[in-house]
Amino acid sequence: MSDAQTLRPKAQSRFAVVMSELMRRPRAAFGMAVIVVMVFGAVFAPLIMPHDPFEQSFDGLDLMGGPLPPGGDYLLGTDLLGRDLASRLILGTRTSLIIGLVANGIAVILGAGVGIAAGFFGGWTAAILMRFTDLMMAFPALLLAIVLAAIFQPSLMIVALVIAMVNWVQMSRVIYTETRSLAEREFIQVQRAIGSSSLRILGKHLLPHLLSSIVVFGTLGISTTVLLEATLSFLGVGVQPPMPSWGNIIFENQTYFSTAPWLVFIPGLLIVLLALAFNLVGDALRDILDPTLKGRHG
Amino acid sequence: MSGYLVRRLIESALILLGITFVTFVLLYMVPADPARQIAGRSATAETVANIRDQLGLNDPLFVQYFRYLGNLLQGDMGRSYLQRAEVADLIAARLPASLLLMVSAIVTELILGLTIGVVAALRRNRPADHTLMIFSFVSISAPQFVIGILLLYVFAVQFGWLPIGGYGTFAHLILPSITLGFLGAGWYSRMMRSSMIDVLEQDFVRTARAKGLSRLHIITRHVMPNAILPVIAMIGIDIGLFMSGIVVVESVFGWPGIGQLAWQAIQRVDIPVIMGVTMVSATAIVLGNLIADLVAPLIDPRIKTK
Repeated sequence: MSDAQTLRPKAQSRFAVVMSELMRRPRAAFGMAVIVVMVFGAVFAPLIMPHDPFEQSFDGLDLMGGPLPPGGDYLLGTDLLGRDLASRLILGTRTSLIIGLVANGIAVILGAGVGIAAGFFGGWTAAILMRFTDLMMAFPALLLAIVLAAIFQPSLMIVALVIAMVNWVQMSRVIYTETRSLAEREFIQVQRAIGSSSLRILGKHLLPHLLSSIVVFGTLGISTTVLLEATLSFLGVGVQPPMPSWGNIIFENQTYFSTAPWLVFIPGLLIVLLALAFNLVGDALRDILDPTLKGRHG
Repeated sequence: MSGYLVRRLIESALILLGITFVTFVLLYMVPADPARQIAGRSATAETVANIRDQLGLNDPLFVQYFRYLGNLLQGDMGRSYLQRAEVADLIAARLPASLLLMVSAIVTELILGLTIGVVAALRRNRPADHTLMIFSFVSISAPQFVIGILLLYVFAVQFGWLPIGGYGTFAHLILPSITLGFLGAGWYSRMMRSSMIDVLEQDFVRTARAKGLSRLHIITRHVMPNAILPVIAMIGIDIGLFMSGIVVVESVFGWPGIGQLAWQAIQRVDIPVIMGVTMVSATAIVLGNLIADLVAPLIDPRIKTK
């Protein structure tokens, strides 16, 4: 019990230290700001959407029946069906973040689980798990995702699962290598020698050392996930209209990109911003959590 | 070394075998009935049943799989369900376009990435470095379809300098290559920068400086050759990225390669074609990784082949 009491304030202060380190770096602070704004938009979407994102309004079309450009009553213009782009983008933030967090969460748990199991138990467990990982690495990821999405009728959760199935591999490789080298270190060998249970060694001695890698690659993974969701939705096998996602807004309007560029480039900009934000924060976290890399990254 | 080579070759073959199995099982589970697709909407149930029988679709999964594998080992990838052609011929007809696109994208990303990396490393922690690194962050965060459509909008629609899509001349190749290489340019510039910084901090560089060699001579003759090799060795690993990228890029630009072939086949559930393209892509990825692993110890003797 006393362990937990002495550990807790220390863990909190470590979090605080990392956060303040993050905020001292301009790029990471920018990334954090973007993430905070997007999360805010996703959570309070129903309150801040200026119009109904599903309503196909006649006011939203010009006299020729075309979409309205940004400005005026519809802040960012309207799409081909006369729906308010700003409202659809705000609701789309939800889609992107939910898929980003759910898909990446599953990928992190699966990847870290496989990596730890293979690295810690070694032998046949490692051989089988890592050969399977090799197999997944050699799969053309996007083709696999498209085929999976085509098999299962794409819904929000299926898209998240498909992305997780494709994205866990990277994490498992990193964690496997790290666990294997940790498992050979003295402090783990000592625990084995004094007869600690595997579960205790894993939870109390290995996991804390792996946490920084999991945090770093987990953060960078969100960016990959956001991009993959956008790509699947752009190809029409991701999130299905009328539910808006930044990718499928571009999918729906891409043929008109020369006459209604805002319908493609505003959602495009949002995708880049969100992916960029997680990349910047993830990269800064790597810098902060891995002292051997200090100052090496740009 | 030869023992290592043999082991890696066997491993690669096993990985490909595993991929045939996983892909086959996945496609077996596709709910759409291929026989119905071939027969068309107005076909009678009898016709559909006949086609099912002809294609052997009523056989158990494992019988179908081993039949496919047996044919594959003889170089026969089967016939397309919807186009009256052998899958191998369809792929062979599309492959040159995709290879051309990939090679020119690799050239683009290396030129862009290495240049940015070198300049950033030499201007380390100065404004130029910060700007270039922000650019590289943006390039790894931008989806390829957004970059593709943006380039089309600016250079084809607004300025009218380049064709809006299609295939045939050098002008058609420019935008797709930049789009496909853009992501890689970001990764290579970051790798090149940190590789340069590594080498710049080594003792032999200090020695060269102490001998009074010019800065240009040190950088071009001593630093860059050492810094570039480990970065170039990564190309093999990138094949996977390209295989995903061509599906998107070929679809945006109407480029008639295997990415577009795969995309059309997926939409119409043309299973033999999907299988074929997946196998060709997987083989390319496995070969790329193999070459990268074999080349690495040649470039850096400190990497031992175990």
